[in-house]
Amino acid sequence: MLHIVNKSPYERNSLTSCLAHAGKGGALILIEDAVYAATRGNVAESAIRRALGDLPVYALGPDLEARGMQGSVIDGVKVVDFGGFVELVAEHRTNQSWL
Amino acid sequence: MALEVGGITIETDEEGYLANLTDWNEEVAGEIAKAENVAMGPNHWEVVNFLREYYNEYQIAPAVRVLTKAIGKKLGADKGNSKYLYELFPYGPAKQACKIAGLPKPTGCV
Amino acid sequence: MTQTSDRIGEDEDAPGVVKKFMFVNRKAPYGTIYALEGLEVVLISAAFDQDVSLAFLDDGVYQLVKGQQTKGLEVKNFSPTYRALEGYDVEKLYVEREALEARGIREDQLLVPVQVVSAAEMAELMEQQDLIVGF
Repeated sequence: MLHIVNKSPYERNSLTSCLAHAGKGGALILIEDAVYAATRGNVAESAIRRALGDLPVYALGPDLEARGMQGSVIDGVKVVDFGGFVELVAEHRTNQSWL
Repeated sequence: MALEVGGITIETDEEGYLANLTDWNEEVAGEIAKAENVAMGPNHWEVVNFLREYYNEYQIAPAVRVLTKAIGKKLGADKGNSKYLYELFPYGPAKQACKIAGLPKPTGCV
Repeated sequence: MTQTSDRIGEDEDAPGVVKKFMFVNRKAPYGTIYALEGLEVVLISAAFDQDVSLAFLDDGVYQLVKGQQTKGLEVKNFSPTYRALEGYDVEKLYVEREALEARGIREDQLLVPVQVVSAAEMAELMEQQDLIVGF
Protein backbone atom coordinates (compact mmCIF):
# COMPACT_ATOMS: atom_id res chain seq x y z
CA MET A 1 0.00 0.00 0.00
CA LEU A 2 1.14 3.53 -0.82
CA HIS A 3 0.50 5.89 2.08
CA ILE A 4 0.04 9.53 1.15
CA VAL A 5 0.44 12.29 3.75
CA ASN A 6 -0.21 15.93 2.92
CA LYS A 7 -0.30 17.70 6.29
CA SER A 8 2.53 19.31 8.22
CA PRO A 9 3.54 17.13 11.19
CA TYR A 10 3.17 20.22 13.41
CA GLU A 11 -0.39 20.90 12.37
CA ARG A 12 -1.86 17.38 12.48
CA ASN A 13 -1.05 13.90 13.70
CA SER A 14 -1.58 12.41 10.22
CA LEU A 15 2.08 11.41 9.80
CA THR A 16 2.28 9.84 13.27
CA SER A 17 -0.94 7.93 12.74
CA CYS A 18 0.13 6.84 9.27
CA LEU A 19 3.47 5.54 10.55
CA ALA A 20 1.69 3.64 13.31
CA HIS A 21 -0.31 1.74 10.69
CA ALA A 22 2.07 1.50 7.73
CA GLY A 23 3.36 -2.01 7.37
CA LYS A 24 6.52 -3.34 5.80
CA GLY A 25 6.14 -3.68 2.05
CA GLY A 26 4.30 -0.41 1.83
CA ALA A 27 5.67 2.97 0.87
CA LEU A 28 5.17 6.53 2.08
CA ILE A 29 5.06 9.69 0.02
CA LEU A 30 5.05 13.15 1.60
CA ILE A 31 3.34 15.86 -0.43
CA GLU A 32 2.12 19.44 0.07
CA ASP A 33 2.78 20.63 3.66
CA ALA A 34 3.91 17.15 4.68
CA VAL A 35 7.20 17.70 2.83
CA TYR A 36 8.40 19.64 5.89
CA ALA A 37 8.61 16.26 7.62
CA ALA A 38 11.12 15.15 4.99
CA THR A 39 13.62 17.81 6.02
CA ARG A 40 16.58 17.68 8.42
CA GLY A 41 16.84 19.28 11.81
CA ASN A 42 13.29 19.12 13.05
CA VAL A 43 11.35 16.99 15.50
CA ALA A 44 9.83 14.79 12.79
CA GLU A 45 13.26 13.75 11.54
CA SER A 46 13.69 10.85 13.96
CA ALA A 47 10.27 9.45 13.01
CA ILE A 48 11.18 9.58 9.33
CA ARG A 49 14.58 7.97 9.98
CA ARG A 50 12.88 5.15 11.89
CA ALA A 51 10.32 4.74 9.09
CA LEU A 52 13.12 4.44 6.53
CA GLY A 53 14.12 1.19 8.20
CA ASP A 54 10.72 -0.30 7.33
CA LEU A 55 9.64 1.25 4.07
CA PRO A 56 10.79 3.60 1.32
CA VAL A 57 9.93 7.26 1.89
CA TYR A 58 9.41 9.69 -0.97
CA ALA A 59 8.82 13.43 -1.06
CA LEU A 60 7.31 15.42 -3.90
CA GLY A 61 10.01 17.65 -5.43
CA PRO A 62 7.80 20.51 -6.64
CA ASP A 63 6.34 20.86 -3.13
CA LEU A 64 9.84 20.91 -1.55
CA GLU A 65 11.03 23.50 -4.06
CA ALA A 66 7.98 25.71 -3.65
CA ARG A 67 8.75 25.85 0.08
CA GLY A 68 12.50 26.37 -0.33
CA MET A 69 13.19 23.01 1.33
CA GLN A 70 14.90 21.23 -1.55
CA GLY A 71 18.34 21.63 0.04
CA SER A 72 17.58 20.02 3.39
CA VAL A 73 16.01 16.66 2.54
CA ILE A 74 16.85 13.82 4.96
CA ASP A 75 19.32 11.30 3.49
CA GLY A 76 17.45 8.26 2.25
CA VAL A 77 14.25 10.13 1.36
CA LYS A 78 13.82 9.95 -2.39
CA VAL A 79 12.61 13.05 -4.18
CA VAL A 80 10.17 12.40 -7.04
CA ASP A 81 8.41 14.63 -9.54
CA PHE A 82 4.71 14.40 -10.45
CA GLY A 83 5.43 11.63 -12.95
CA GLY A 84 7.22 9.67 -10.23
CA PHE A 85 4.26 10.15 -7.90
CA VAL A 86 1.93 8.74 -10.56
CA GLU A 87 4.25 5.75 -11.04
CA LEU A 88 4.20 5.06 -7.30
CA VAL A 89 0.40 5.10 -7.26
CA ALA A 90 0.37 2.69 -10.21
CA GLU A 91 2.95 0.35 -8.63
CA HIS A 92 0.93 -0.22 -5.47
CA ARG A 93 -2.30 -2.22 -5.38
CA THR A 94 -3.93 0.29 -3.04
CA ASN A 95 -3.24 3.71 -1.62
CA GLN A 96 -4.44 5.56 1.41
CA SER A 97 -4.56 9.32 1.97
CA TRP A 98 -4.07 10.36 5.58
CA LEU A 99 -5.91 13.69 5.64
CA MET B 1 -40.86 28.05 -4.13
CA ALA B 2 -43.60 28.07 -1.56
CA LEU B 3 -46.81 26.34 -0.55
CA GLU B 4 -50.03 27.97 0.70
CA VAL B 5 -51.72 26.05 3.49
CA GLY B 6 -54.60 27.56 5.43
CA GLY B 7 -53.44 31.09 4.62
CA ILE B 8 -49.88 30.39 5.77
CA THR B 9 -46.97 30.43 3.34
CA ILE B 10 -44.62 27.50 3.71
CA GLU B 11 -41.19 27.61 2.13
CA THR B 12 -40.00 24.72 -0.06
CA ASP B 13 -36.96 24.11 -2.24
CA GLU B 14 -37.12 24.17 -6.04
CA GLU B 15 -38.23 20.54 -6.12
CA GLY B 16 -41.00 21.01 -3.59
CA TYR B 17 -39.31 19.53 -0.50
CA LEU B 18 -40.04 21.49 2.68
CA ALA B 19 -37.31 23.96 3.58
CA ASN B 20 -38.06 23.57 7.31
CA LEU B 21 -38.97 20.13 8.56
CA THR B 22 -40.85 21.64 11.48
CA ASP B 23 -43.38 23.21 9.09
CA TRP B 24 -44.93 19.81 8.49
CA ASN B 25 -48.40 18.77 9.61
CA GLU B 26 -51.05 16.56 8.06
CA GLU B 27 -52.65 19.47 6.27
CA VAL B 28 -49.31 20.42 4.70
CA ALA B 29 -48.83 16.78 3.71
CA GLY B 30 -52.23 16.83 2.05
CA GLU B 31 -51.31 19.91 0.01
CA ILE B 32 -48.02 18.40 -1.16
CA ALA B 33 -49.84 15.19 -2.08
CA LYS B 34 -52.39 17.16 -4.07
CA ALA B 35 -49.60 18.86 -6.01
CA GLU B 36 -48.12 15.41 -6.67
CA ASN B 37 -51.49 13.98 -7.79
CA VAL B 38 -51.42 11.40 -5.01
CA ALA B 39 -54.79 10.66 -3.41
CA MET B 40 -53.88 9.91 0.18
CA GLY B 41 -55.51 6.78 1.63
CA PRO B 42 -54.73 4.83 4.84
CA ASN B 43 -51.97 2.90 3.07
CA HIS B 44 -50.31 6.12 1.94
CA TRP B 45 -50.46 7.53 5.47
CA GLU B 46 -48.98 4.34 6.84
CA VAL B 47 -45.88 4.79 4.67
CA VAL B 48 -45.65 8.54 5.32
CA ASN B 49 -45.89 7.99 9.06
CA PHE B 50 -43.34 5.21 8.86
CA LEU B 51 -40.93 7.57 7.09
CA ARG B 52 -41.41 10.24 9.73
CA GLU B 53 -40.71 7.74 12.50
CA TYR B 54 -37.62 6.54 10.66
CA TYR B 55 -36.40 10.11 10.28
CA ASN B 56 -37.01 10.92 13.93
CA GLU B 57 -34.99 7.94 14.96
CA TYR B 58 -32.07 8.13 12.51
CA GLN B 59 -32.09 11.72 11.21
CA ILE B 60 -32.00 10.63 7.56
CA ALA B 61 -34.52 9.72 4.91
CA PRO B 62 -33.83 6.07 4.08
CA ALA B 63 -32.69 4.85 0.69
CA VAL B 64 -35.49 3.04 -1.17
CA ARG B 65 -33.89 -0.36 -0.63
CA VAL B 66 -33.58 0.29 3.11
CA LEU B 67 -37.12 1.64 3.34
CA THR B 68 -38.53 -1.40 1.53
CA LYS B 69 -36.74 -3.79 3.86
CA ALA B 70 -37.72 -1.87 6.99
CA ILE B 71 -41.37 -1.67 5.94
CA GLY B 72 -41.37 -5.40 5.24
CA LYS B 73 -40.08 -6.00 8.74
CA LYS B 74 -42.66 -3.78 10.39
CA LEU B 75 -45.76 -4.06 8.20
CA GLY B 76 -45.32 -7.43 6.53
CA ALA B 77 -43.83 -8.81 3.32
CA ASP B 78 -46.91 -7.89 1.25
CA LYS B 79 -46.03 -4.24 1.89
CA GLY B 80 -42.27 -4.54 1.97
CA ASN B 81 -41.74 -4.63 -1.77
CA SER B 82 -41.16 -1.97 -4.36
CA LYS B 83 -44.24 -2.91 -6.41
CA TYR B 84 -46.52 -2.05 -3.49
CA LEU B 85 -44.68 1.18 -2.75
CA TYR B 86 -44.62 2.30 -6.38
CA GLU B 87 -48.34 1.62 -6.69
CA LEU B 88 -48.92 4.02 -3.80
CA PHE B 89 -46.34 6.53 -4.98
CA PRO B 90 -45.89 6.17 -8.76
CA TYR B 91 -42.87 8.50 -8.88
CA GLY B 92 -41.16 6.51 -6.17
CA PRO B 93 -41.15 6.41 -2.39
CA ALA B 94 -38.16 8.77 -2.29
CA LYS B 95 -39.43 11.36 -4.71
CA GLN B 96 -43.01 11.41 -3.45
CA ALA B 97 -43.43 9.76 -0.07
CA CYS B 98 -40.47 11.59 1.49
CA LYS B 99 -41.68 14.85 0.05
CA ILE B 100 -45.19 14.33 1.42
CA ALA B 101 -43.69 13.29 4.77
CA GLY B 102 -41.86 16.61 4.86
CA LEU B 103 -38.42 14.99 4.80
CA PRO B 104 -35.39 16.01 2.79
CA LYS B 105 -34.53 14.08 -0.33
CA PRO B 106 -32.90 10.79 0.66
CA THR B 107 -29.11 10.83 0.70
CA GLY B 108 -27.74 9.32 -2.48
CA CYS B 109 -30.97 9.70 -4.41
CA VAL B 110 -30.32 11.15 -7.85
CA MET C 1 -33.49 6.03 -13.93
CA THR C 2 -35.11 2.60 -13.99
CA GLN C 3 -32.78 1.50 -16.76
CA THR C 4 -29.74 2.68 -14.85
CA SER C 5 -30.72 0.75 -11.75
CA ASP C 6 -31.44 -2.34 -13.85
CA ARG C 7 -27.95 -2.18 -15.25
CA ILE C 8 -26.49 -1.79 -11.79
CA GLY C 9 -28.48 -4.86 -10.79
CA GLU C 10 -26.87 -6.87 -13.56
CA ASP C 11 -23.39 -5.77 -12.56
CA GLU C 12 -24.04 -6.83 -9.00
CA ASP C 13 -24.93 -10.29 -10.15
CA ALA C 14 -21.70 -10.66 -12.10
CA PRO C 15 -19.19 -12.78 -10.18
CA GLY C 16 -16.15 -11.31 -8.53
CA VAL C 17 -17.13 -7.66 -8.58
CA VAL C 18 -17.67 -7.21 -4.85
CA LYS C 19 -14.78 -5.15 -3.53
CA LYS C 20 -13.66 -4.41 -0.03
CA PHE C 21 -14.18 -0.73 0.72
CA MET C 22 -12.94 0.80 3.93
CA PHE C 23 -13.83 4.29 5.06
CA VAL C 24 -11.33 5.60 7.58
CA ASN C 25 -12.64 8.23 9.98
CA ARG C 26 -10.00 10.24 11.82
CA LYS C 27 -11.78 13.50 12.61
CA ALA C 28 -14.05 14.59 15.43
CA PRO C 29 -17.62 15.58 14.53
CA TYR C 30 -18.82 19.23 14.15
CA GLY C 31 -15.39 20.93 14.18
CA THR C 32 -14.99 20.15 10.49
CA ILE C 33 -17.30 18.75 7.84
CA TYR C 34 -15.23 15.58 7.35
CA ALA C 35 -17.25 13.31 9.68
CA LEU C 36 -20.65 14.18 8.21
CA GLU C 37 -19.40 14.04 4.63
CA GLY C 38 -17.79 10.69 5.32
CA LEU C 39 -21.03 9.32 6.73
CA GLU C 40 -22.97 10.47 3.68
CA VAL C 41 -20.48 8.84 1.35
CA VAL C 42 -20.86 5.60 3.31
CA LEU C 43 -24.65 5.72 2.97
CA ILE C 44 -24.39 6.34 -0.77
CA SER C 45 -21.80 3.62 -1.31
CA ALA C 46 -24.03 1.14 0.52
CA ALA C 47 -26.32 1.23 -2.52
CA PHE C 48 -23.64 -0.48 -4.59
CA ASP C 49 -23.56 -3.70 -2.57
CA GLN C 50 -19.85 -3.72 -1.84
CA ASP C 51 -18.13 -5.16 1.21
CA VAL C 52 -18.07 -1.94 3.23
CA SER C 53 -16.34 -1.42 6.54
CA LEU C 54 -15.75 1.66 8.67
CA ALA C 55 -12.65 2.35 10.71
CA PHE C 56 -12.52 4.86 13.54
CA LEU C 57 -9.13 5.99 14.76
CA ASP C 58 -7.54 9.12 16.21
CA ASP C 59 -10.24 11.77 16.85
CA GLY C 60 -12.63 9.76 14.65
CA VAL C 61 -13.65 7.77 17.73
CA TYR C 62 -15.36 10.92 19.06
CA GLN C 63 -17.95 10.52 16.28
CA LEU C 64 -19.42 7.50 18.05
CA VAL C 65 -19.74 8.90 21.56
CA LYS C 66 -23.24 8.69 23.05
CA GLY C 67 -25.16 11.71 24.26
CA GLN C 68 -24.37 14.22 21.50
CA GLN C 69 -26.74 17.21 21.68
CA THR C 70 -26.42 19.94 19.08
CA LYS C 71 -29.40 22.16 19.84
CA GLY C 72 -27.17 24.87 21.26
CA LEU C 73 -25.04 24.90 18.13
CA GLU C 74 -28.05 24.81 15.82
CA VAL C 75 -26.43 22.19 13.61
CA LYS C 76 -27.76 18.77 12.73
CA ASN C 77 -26.98 16.02 15.23
CA PHE C 78 -25.97 13.22 12.89
CA SER C 79 -24.94 10.76 15.57
CA PRO C 80 -28.28 8.82 15.40
CA THR C 81 -27.49 8.07 11.76
CA TYR C 82 -24.69 5.68 12.77
CA ARG C 83 -27.45 3.48 14.20
CA ALA C 84 -29.07 3.35 10.74
CA LEU C 85 -25.98 1.75 9.20
CA GLU C 86 -27.11 -1.74 10.18
CA GLY C 87 -30.24 -1.26 8.02
CA TYR C 88 -27.92 -0.33 5.16
CA ASP C 89 -26.07 -3.64 5.71
CA VAL C 90 -22.99 -1.80 6.92
CA GLU C 91 -22.14 -3.89 9.95
CA LYS C 92 -18.35 -3.82 10.17
CA LEU C 93 -17.41 -0.95 12.43
CA TYR C 94 -13.84 -1.15 13.71
CA VAL C 95 -12.69 1.16 16.49
CA GLU C 96 -9.06 1.41 17.48
CA ARG C 97 -8.36 0.57 21.11
CA GLU C 98 -5.36 2.91 21.37
CA ALA C 99 -7.48 5.84 20.17
CA LEU C 100 -10.19 5.09 22.76
CA GLU C 101 -7.66 4.73 25.58
CA ALA C 102 -5.77 7.90 24.69
CA ARG C 103 -9.04 9.80 24.97
CA GLY C 104 -10.37 8.05 28.05
CA ILE C 105 -13.39 6.65 26.22
CA ARG C 106 -14.84 3.25 27.14
CA GLU C 107 -16.59 0.97 24.68
CA ASP C 108 -19.85 1.29 26.65
CA GLN C 109 -19.86 5.02 25.88
CA LEU C 110 -20.26 4.33 22.17
CA LEU C 111 -23.68 4.58 20.53
CA VAL C 112 -23.43 1.52 18.28
CA PRO C 113 -22.02 -1.99 18.67
CA VAL C 114 -18.46 -2.00 17.34
CA GLN C 115 -15.45 -4.25 17.16
CA VAL C 116 -12.58 -2.81 19.15
CA VAL C 117 -9.24 -3.69 17.55
CA SER C 118 -5.59 -2.84 18.23
CA ALA C 119 -3.61 -0.53 15.94
CA ALA C 120 -1.78 -3.59 14.61
CA GLU C 121 -5.08 -5.34 13.80
CA MET C 122 -6.35 -2.14 12.18
CA ALA C 123 -3.24 -1.99 9.99
CA GLU C 124 -3.88 -5.61 9.00
CA LEU C 125 -7.52 -4.82 8.10
CA MET C 126 -6.35 -1.91 5.98
CA GLU C 127 -3.99 -4.17 4.08
CA GLN C 128 -6.92 -6.45 3.14
CA GLN C 129 -8.90 -3.69 1.41
CA ASP C 130 -9.32 -3.00 -2.28
CA LEU C 131 -10.09 0.65 -1.69
CA ILE C 132 -9.52 2.94 1.26
CA VAL C 133 -11.11 6.35 1.51
CA GLY C 134 -10.03 8.63 4.32
CA PHE C 135 -12.02 11.35 6.04
